[in-house]
Amino acid sequence: MSWLAHFNYWAVIVVMMTGLYMAIAQSDLMRKLIGITLLQTAVFFLYISFGFVRNAQVPILTEGAERYSNPLPHVLILTAIVVGVATTALGLALVVRIRERYGSIDEAELASLADEVEDLEPHHDFDDQDEHP
Amino acid sequence: MSPQLLMLSCLCLPLVGGGMLLLAHRRPRLRELILVLTAALSFTSALALLLQFREGNLLRLDLLTLLPGLDLMFEIEPLGALFAVLASGLWLPTSLYAIGYLRARKEEHQTRFHFWFCVAISATMGIAMAGNLLTLFVFYEVLTLSTYPLVTHIGNRGAVRGGRVYLGVLLATSIGLLLPAMLWTLHVAGTLQFTAGGILEGKLAPALAGLLLLMFVLGVGKAAVMPMHRWLPAAMVAPTPVSALLHAVAVVKAGVFTITKVVVYIFGTGFLGTVPAQRYLVYLAGFTVIAASVVALRQDNIKRLLAYSTISQLSYIVMATLALAPLALTGAGLHMVAHAFGKITLFFAAGAIYVAAHRTQVSELDGMGRRMPWTMAAFAIGALTMIGVPPSAGFVSKWFIIAGAYQADLYFVLAVIVLSTALNAFYMLPILHRAFFRAPEGRAHGEAPWPMRVALVSTAAASVLMFFFHAPILALTRSLTGAAP
Amino acid sequence: MREHLPILLVVLPMLAAPICSMLPRGRQAWLLATAVSWAVLAIAASLLIRVHAEGTISYALGGWPAPIGIEYRLDGLNALVQVLVAAIAACVLPFSGRSVQDEIDADRQPGFFALLLLLITGLLGIVATGDVFNVFVFLEISSLATYGLIAFGRDRRALLAAYRYLVLGSIGATLYLIGIGLLYALTGTLNMQDLAARLPAVADTRTAQTAITLVMVGLGIKMALFPLHLWLPNAYRFAPSAISAFLPATATKVAIYLMLRFVFDIFGVGFAFGRLELNEVLLALAAAAMLSASLAAMQQRDVKGILAYSSVAQVGYIVLGAALATPIGLTASLLHLFNHALMKGALFMAMGCVMLRVGRTDLDAIRGLGRRMPWTAAAFVVAGLSLIGVPLTAGFISKWYLVLAALEAGWWPLVILILVASLMALIYVWRVVALAYFAPNESQRREEAPLSMLVPLWLLVLANIWFGIDTRLSVAMAESGMRVLMAGPP
Repeated sequence: MSWLAHFNYWAVIVVMMTGLYMAIAQSDLMRKLIGITLLQTAVFFLYISFGFVRNAQVPILTEGAERYSNPLPHVLILTAIVVGVATTALGLALVVRIRERYGSIDEAELASLADEVEDLEPHHDFDDQDEHP
Repeated sequence: MSPQLLMLSCLCLPLVGGGMLLLAHRRPRLRELILVLTAALSFTSALALLLQFREGNLLRLDLLTLLPGLDLMFEIEPLGALFAVLASGLWLPTSLYAIGYLRARKEEHQTRFHFWFCVAISATMGIAMAGNLLTLFVFYEVLTLSTYPLVTHIGNRGAVRGGRVYLGVLLATSIGLLLPAMLWTLHVAGTLQFTAGGILEGKLAPALAGLLLLMFVLGVGKAAVMPMHRWLPAAMVAPTPVSALLHAVAVVKAGVFTITKVVVYIFGTGFLGTVPAQRYLVYLAGFTVIAASVVALRQDNIKRLLAYSTISQLSYIVMATLALAPLALTGAGLHMVAHAFGKITLFFAAGAIYVAAHRTQVSELDGMGRRMPWTMAAFAIGALTMIGVPPSAGFVSKWFIIAGAYQADLYFVLAVIVLSTALNAFYMLPILHRAFFRAPEGRAHGEAPWPMRVALVSTAAASVLMFFFHAPILALTRSLTGAAP
Repeated sequence: MREHLPILLVVLPMLAAPICSMLPRGRQAWLLATAVSWAVLAIAASLLIRVHAEGTISYALGGWPAPIGIEYRLDGLNALVQVLVAAIAACVLPFSGRSVQDEIDADRQPGFFALLLLLITGLLGIVATGDVFNVFVFLEISSLATYGLIAFGRDRRALLAAYRYLVLGSIGATLYLIGIGLLYALTGTLNMQDLAARLPAVADTRTAQTAITLVMVGLGIKMALFPLHLWLPNAYRFAPSAISAFLPATATKVAIYLMLRFVFDIFGVGFAFGRLELNEVLLALAAAAMLSASLAAMQQRDVKGILAYSSVAQVGYIVLGAALATPIGLTASLLHLFNHALMKGALFMAMGCVMLRVGRTDLDAIRGLGRRMPWTAAAFVVAGLSLIGVPLTAGFISKWYLVLAALEAGWWPLVILILVASLMALIYVWRVVALAYFAPNESQRREEAPLSMLVPLWLLVLANIWFGIDTRLSVAMAESGMRVLMAGPP
């Protein structure tokens, strides 16, 4: 069947949609980040798939090899991975800081907390509520 | 002095004076001297401008070009020159009056008050001299904004509420209707220049031109044609000098002035005659005349009564302009002046009564004629002007409007004038009766401070003098119809 | 040296960033960052002059020529956007000295300025590059720096705002990445000009259409096009003052530039607007943005919130002009892009001054501002007038062009829409002005902001007036940018 021939793209779409769904629907900030990571990983798969050439060699100049797979997507994806790692790291750092300042990483809870503070002490400097030294 | 410099000085003198006022805010006497001097100088330069104009000099000043075809420029024409002289001329007594009023009332922020007054006058000059619709629109908005601090000067809740209505109606109409009308005009005609004979002829179907005219008439909220009149009674929360000069002369006259300019120089009376809907706008204005008079009948607060009277009188001018007869147009120009003299006198008197006797209602005026003879005599002259009885200025202008109505076979206009004259008499004469033929009540008191008295006597005198010596004004307004064959 | 200026522009702030972060004291970092921003402005201005004198500049990175290597390509459009970004940076950095001192802990200040330099690098890079993947890299550099900078905000809600922006921004960037991946798979190139040349051959495939949609949605998030703007209001509101002055004037503008580049230069108007009818989608979204965001702005109780929602509405104006796809519409769009940067920069800077002296920016803090901080309040009034579009300010010129464009296209409802939105702008600006000048307040003490903040603020305010009166320069620039776009794909 023809769609089986494209199984890698199917996998990409499944992972991508899972990631997107998690990033949007999860209310836990950590899980959202995991969703983002999944989404990005799916894109990496996608790019790698583009670069695949049937019956080809690794793109390193070797004797006797005639067809090489496309190296450019790999290079691009290396960059994208770095970007992804940086995003994840920054996201995690933010989650840690949010946890420090609010004591929660659940989005629904945070929304109510933010409103609460705004109503109770509208003009207060929020640094004072920092629990950690 | 070159005419261009003169125009610039008309525009900038009040601003410079305003700036100097701010600097002198710690020294009230110096501040007031500056104010009166500024007003006198502005009047002089406006007069000089008028003289230059009558000598036939071309008075045109290109100030700025924002974009090609979109520039701020000034050009003097008869009506504008008249309006400039009128506004700056009445500013002189008003500034005297305002000094007396603010001092007697011990108002706060007097410097701020005088400053914004100067800005408003400068904007009025800009409107009067505007050479195209864009320039006029810019200064029209400046006038709206600069009068807001004056309307809300007292700063209490009522003032802020009144100010909100004031600003809301004026800005909503100008941005919502006047600006689109302007854009439409530009789109159709390719220019916004005020041109004798109009710029729209042959470029717009008569039916659409009717819609455009409606947008203009309602968009110029300052003309207070119903249903856009609500801001004027709301503006009565302002201190009386503001009501007197701005809401009887500068702001409202800027409104009817704009409509007249649009009718004469944008549409052209010739083209407008072919627009069927124009007739309905005459009816709308006529309705405003009658309806506002009827509302005025039921007012007890003097300033509100005067405000509704103003609405009614403004629509006289709009109606006369839209009648399109040369004589009616002359009458419209004359009535702008006559009403200005009369209404400013009435407001001055109302303010004097408030300051001297703390009374604001018609029903409290019993015997006021004996306590404040000067004030009430002036009030009587103002009232006669409103009714249009000789020897007052109002008679002259109404005469021309009636003649114009005959000329155009507009018996509707005729009927409106007759009926409204009767109504005017109904609401004005009882006040005079109370003041002069009833016994005074309460604690005895004298006249208001002298600067206020000087002001109101001089405007009342002007009102009478105009009855006898209206030839120069007539000549000017005649040349307006000459510009519009 | 001279031929390497295009890359120097991007590399200079990038190299300065790590140095900045290693400096021991915030003050030194600030000095370095300010010096770099001025140097960047000088380079950007010289490049713009050169583009106008000699035509498009093409710079091959590392000596590899265009289709293989990365190309930096400066034409009348992006040279202008670069100058805009650099100029705002050069204004904001001197301004930031005092407010950063006040809002951010001393030991974190070097990091702050390092991130700010990285943000500038990212924005300049996006604009300069002619390679769509390189765009992604710079987009992420600027985005990551932005997330970090927003999180510097004093209010703990800044953290949440930064996090939400991170999630949405990452989704946007990833969609963009998928989009250009598909384009690459179709055409085998990442160079913009190459792409533009090869796209027509494959335009009918569903892959190409999906790719375009993905790219547009990704950019839509970055430029906060309604309804993808949800990240923006809180991000601008809780960011440190300097950042909320810098971002609205630059970040969304760069994203809009990118959208214009893609639609007009890579996809081509005929394809994106003619066949896919994206213009109708954009028109509808722009209209919705103008109305809904203006309405939301009217209901805000925090001035920075008002300004943030107003930014969303202004993005609508810019997109509206572009969606008309006529020369005059595009000119209007570019003019507004430029003018809006000036006015929003000034408005947020004024709020930065208020933040410094009052410590908050809600409507209550504005009471009596006219007396307490006369210069700041006056700056707010002038920039606010420009935002409304009052004649003699820059805002009037761009709105005027927009109205002309709508009239020319025969779109009467759009004219009404622009007027209604301007009226709403008037209302939300007026609320602030009325409180500043006409509301009684207890404290009458003068506490004007320091000169180091007032001077950059007033520079922008004067620019608003200047470009409202003398329009030759700004209109000529916008028109040269417009010509680049209208020329379409090579």
